[in-house]
Amino acid sequence: MKPMPGADAVKEKGWWKSHQWLLLRRSSQIGILLLFLAGPWADIWVVKGNLNSSLTLDILPLTDPYVALQSLLAGQSLMADVVIGAVVVAGFYILIGGRSYCSWVCPVNIITDLSEWLRRQLGLSSSVSLRSSLRYWLLAATFIVAVASGVIAWELVNPVSMLHRGVIFGMGFAWTIVLAVFLFDLVVSRRGWCGHLCPVGAFYSLLASYSPLRISASRRNACNDCLDCFAVCPEPKVISPALKGVEKNIGPVILSPQCTNCGRCIDVCSKKVFQFSSRFNNQMEAMP
Amino acid sequence: MNTRGLFQAAERSAFYGRRKFLSDAVKVTCGVVLFGLPLAMLARKARALPADAIRPPGALNEDQFLGACVRCGLCVRACPFDTLRLSEFGSQVATGSPYFVARDIPCEMCEDIPCVAACPTGALDKSLTDIDNAKMGLAVLVDQENCLNFLGLRCDVCYRVCPVIDKAITLDLQHNVRTGKHSRFIPVVHSEYCTGCGKCEKSCVLEQAAIKVLPLHLAKGAPGQHYRLGWEEKEKAGKPLVPGIIDLPDRLPESYQ
Ligand code: SF4
Ligand code: SF4
Ligand code: SF4
Ligand code: SF4
Ligand code: SF4
Repeated sequence: MKPMPGADAVKEKGWWKSHQWLLLRRSSQIGILLLFLAGPWADIWVVKGNLNSSLTLDILPLTDPYVALQSLLAGQSLMADVVIGAVVVAGFYILIGGRSYCSWVCPVNIITDLSEWLRRQLGLSSSVSLRSSLRYWLLAATFIVAVASGVIAWELVNPVSMLHRGVIFGMGFAWTIVLAVFLFDLVVSRRGWCGHLCPVGAFYSLLASYSPLRISASRRNACNDCLDCFAVCPEPKVISPALKGVEKNIGPVILSPQCTNCGRCIDVCSKKVFQFSSRFNNQMEAMP
Repeated sequence: MNTRGLFQAAERSAFYGRRKFLSDAVKVTCGVVLFGLPLAMLARKARALPADAIRPPGALNEDQFLGACVRCGLCVRACPFDTLRLSEFGSQVATGSPYFVARDIPCEMCEDIPCVAACPTGALDKSLTDIDNAKMGLAVLVDQENCLNFLGLRCDVCYRVCPVIDKAITLDLQHNVRTGKHSRFIPVVHSEYCTGCGKCEKSCVLEQAAIKVLPLHLAKGAPGQHYRLGWEEKEKAGKPLVPGIIDLPDRLPESYQ
């Protein structure tokens, strides 16, 4: 059997260094959940509400811009608090990369990552291939249904808010949807949900088109073609232009809005090729 | 290749390009329709609120509400009596939307209406500033066969707990035909004043409440748009609507003559 991706990195850099971003990311995802749970569990009310809309320290309103947009399309006028909240959140993700939401906040990511991990452990390789553009069409469909029905329809089935709300307010049968996503990724399509279908991730990727914070393969000439980064990346297509772009005169920064800024490629690379950087740092290396 | 060959090649590639474009478009359309239609059907179904689910005070009507409410639960958090809850997936109430069940925990009609104040979207209408004007639902005495007051006993509990006592519920006296010498104190709900708080339903002493709060669309009848009550119109106009109509003498049935 092939060694797990990242084995070389563990040997070279040690366990901590090669799991650094993964651990930070999990702490962020779980930490955010705990902040919401501190209220109902321990009566510590830092944040009230859920990811759709929340109130932090009784003054900062935050609203998911995707939900706000659907409400607008459903024919409702938005109140000032919602507009402020949505603009703040959208602005934040425009700065740090839209899909940072996926890897640093979204609770479903923990589930789909688990699915991917299990796939690797079990050596499951069969996978139905889906177009990765499908998510944009599903995103468009959620907008069309909102306009046509006047209901924020996607919220009736959205696994992201269902899981998050479920943990905080009561799960009901939401676990069945989460389980369905887990099994879909495990046995039907590899990285199927987050990588091809989820309209929420699609929406947030739209916010990443001009994000300054990006991953850069800045030491790409040190790459030894182990392909570990491709193996762990949730959106492997985004890596090749940057990593293998020297001949085609493409800079080392991963510009694709699909990159989730998860930093897992940084972790698993034994040659320290990747690092967090900025989209403005995209010059070609000086030729030797 | 001569110009003609080039032209043909270009035409061919345009043909295949177009064909690929068409087949892609068909696939995408199928995908979107397969996903969109069930979603649209769910959205339709979501509007059918079950009879025991009452929306918080100030909630817009159901059509508007499901477009405005973002399912954040801030109203739930603001409610000091834990009245409100968010619907869980699998229940009949639209996923994530707030409601309460009167028989479990009714609304205490807080004077400052914290749930409405907390709602960021206006799904709970901010123009509701006096909780007495709330229209969460309407109490209906659904079971006249088991209500103790209808049986001629003096229960009166729904009447006594009503926060809008003597306006939302009154006790109307009727002759008790069974005993022949007592009165029955019939609880009558008046929609003009009932807020739908559910205190009456909660307190009904029967195993199953005889008085229940129902969503307005279930509880209320409505006459046709064109329907007018003659005596009201007459009063408004200050004179008979059809002048010169002769008022014939009322005839009593023979046995009363
Ligand atoms: S793609 Fe969707 S489910 Fe996956 S991490 Fe992003 S928001 Fe969450
Ligand atoms: S390129 Fe790196 S940071 Fe971006 S999604 Fe892939 S593994 Fe994560
Ligand atoms: S008025 Fe008070 S008791 Fe009633 S739902 Fe609102 S916060 Fe809860
Ligand atoms: S606070 Fe308003 S938007 Fe949030 S769940 Fe309650 S009614 Fe819906
Ligand atoms: S629901 Fe019952 S208790 Fe509440 S106002 Fe109406 S009649 Fe009174």
